[in-house]
Amino acid sequence: MANVLVNAPKTAKRGSIVEIKALILHPMETGFRPGPNGRIIPRNIIERFTATWNGTEIFDMEMSPAIAANPFVSFFAVASESGTVGLRWTGDEGFVVEERVSIAVE
Amino acid sequence: MKVLRLGIGLAIVFAASWALAQGIVDKGVTDKRRSGTQDMGEALQKMQDDDTANPGMLFVQLGGQLWGKAAGAAGKSCADCHGGAASMKGVAARYPAIPKGTDAPVDLEGRINLCRTANQQADSFPPESRELLALAAYVAHQSRGLPIAPPDDPRLAPFRTRGQDLWKIRQGQLNLSCAICHDDNAGRKLAGVTIPEAHPTGYPIYRLEWQTLGSLKRRLRNCLAGIRAEPYAYDAAEYVMLDLFLMDRAKGMTLESPAVRP
Amino acid sequence: MDRRRFLAGTAAIVVLPFDSAQATPEAMAAAIRKVVGSSPVREGRVSLDLPPLVENGSTVPLVVSVESPMTEADYIKAIHVFNEKNPQPGVFTARLGPRNGRAVVGTRIKLGDSQKIVAIAETSGGQFWSASADVIVTLAACLEEST
Repeated sequence: MANVLVNAPKTAKRGSIVEIKALILHPMETGFRPGPNGRIIPRNIIERFTATWNGTEIFDMEMSPAIAANPFVSFFAVASESGTVGLRWTGDEGFVVEERVSIAVE
Repeated sequence: MKVLRLGIGLAIVFAASWALAQGIVDKGVTDKRRSGTQDMGEALQKMQDDDTANPGMLFVQLGGQLWGKAAGAAGKSCADCHGGAASMKGVAARYPAIPKGTDAPVDLEGRINLCRTANQQADSFPPESRELLALAAYVAHQSRGLPIAPPDDPRLAPFRTRGQDLWKIRQGQLNLSCAICHDDNAGRKLAGVTIPEAHPTGYPIYRLEWQTLGSLKRRLRNCLAGIRAEPYAYDAAEYVMLDLFLMDRAKGMTLESPAVRP
Repeated sequence: MDRRRFLAGTAAIVVLPFDSAQATPEAMAAAIRKVVGSSPVREGRVSLDLPPLVENGSTVPLVVSVESPMTEADYIKAIHVFNEKNPQPGVFTARLGPRNGRAVVGTRIKLGDSQKIVAIAETSGGQFWSASADVIVTLAACLEEST
């Protein structure tokens, strides 16, 4: 079960700038912390967050272990035409989560 | 000697600052109780108030998914018996309570596990497991904005009194009680942090230190570790007693679950 | 007698969330150099919004805003954030373009200690602008023991 919360307007005026906020459940284990047995807990982070608008990439973020657990990202986009905003998170241990939201542009 | 020891302890612990709790915000004129929210900076208050910024909402979402999922030998989901989430409105505001047919109080997580074992015929969720916290968050979220309203059940009184005793008893290597910090010195600083009044207004909480959601039980265990006392066992009745006392102490305050705390 | 108590008391306060491995101001400068090459980095056009006093370093809200028309001809193509005391100097790199409309990125970061944070914006014309902020991470009390 992927747990993602996305906040984007359902409708927008053509050419307006909208804010998109996304939150995802992920431990962002740094790879620098010792566990209860004294051994380092292996790194497990989201390395990349990418956003597309109707398939065209509009935003990309390379993350490091310094991004807080349950990563939150906010960015802006020009509401050019109606369509789908695709969000994709990829990371260690084969982590891939995709989420889509629709924005109707008037 | 005892006085000296206490003096040293307090000097270390409370040395940083004596800044008193500032303005009593809203909540009418007479209620001077402060939720932990009021002790947080603006950035964290905003994080708590925005449902797409509050990481606790990820667990509420997960709880909603679990609510509709059949489990156990009975093959029933929470929704099969309780219907929609609206049926849970007010529940978290009055727990701990004594479930029907029993004579001892349980907290919200305990109540969820009773449903697991008795009705769903499934294994109970381990303490602090993601599933248990998610369901507790989902249920508690339905009471967000409601006043804390402990039930008017006389059978709870002895448990609550015992909880109050536990609150006041000195424990651990630091020889501190809950009350010394959270009644007598609330609003002052411990290291860099304002000591809160410890009202259970937002459980389960997303605590930044934990980087995840956690229960009041986990928070109490933290406090016990902080005063260098041995935390009670996870299934100890003491947690429920303290919960009962704290909910009564916070009676009428607004539930904020899932709250964000530093 | 009292010494043990004193030690126990201090231990409760002094445990820090990170240890040994640590970036340094030099490591941060090197990481920045890797991104900007030999280009000059000017102060300005970038604003870095962080709470000045952080209540818990594990989750620190941060917003980087850069002044830019964000047109095809003139836009911000990347925002890089660095720190000087976490185990690694890089925090994130965001890549943007005219379709963002505004060169503003928000996220939450971890800070192991009080330190300087630097944000660098790269324009489509290859210029680098920057802002920095000093953040105080307050010392947490009563940290949970790993059990």
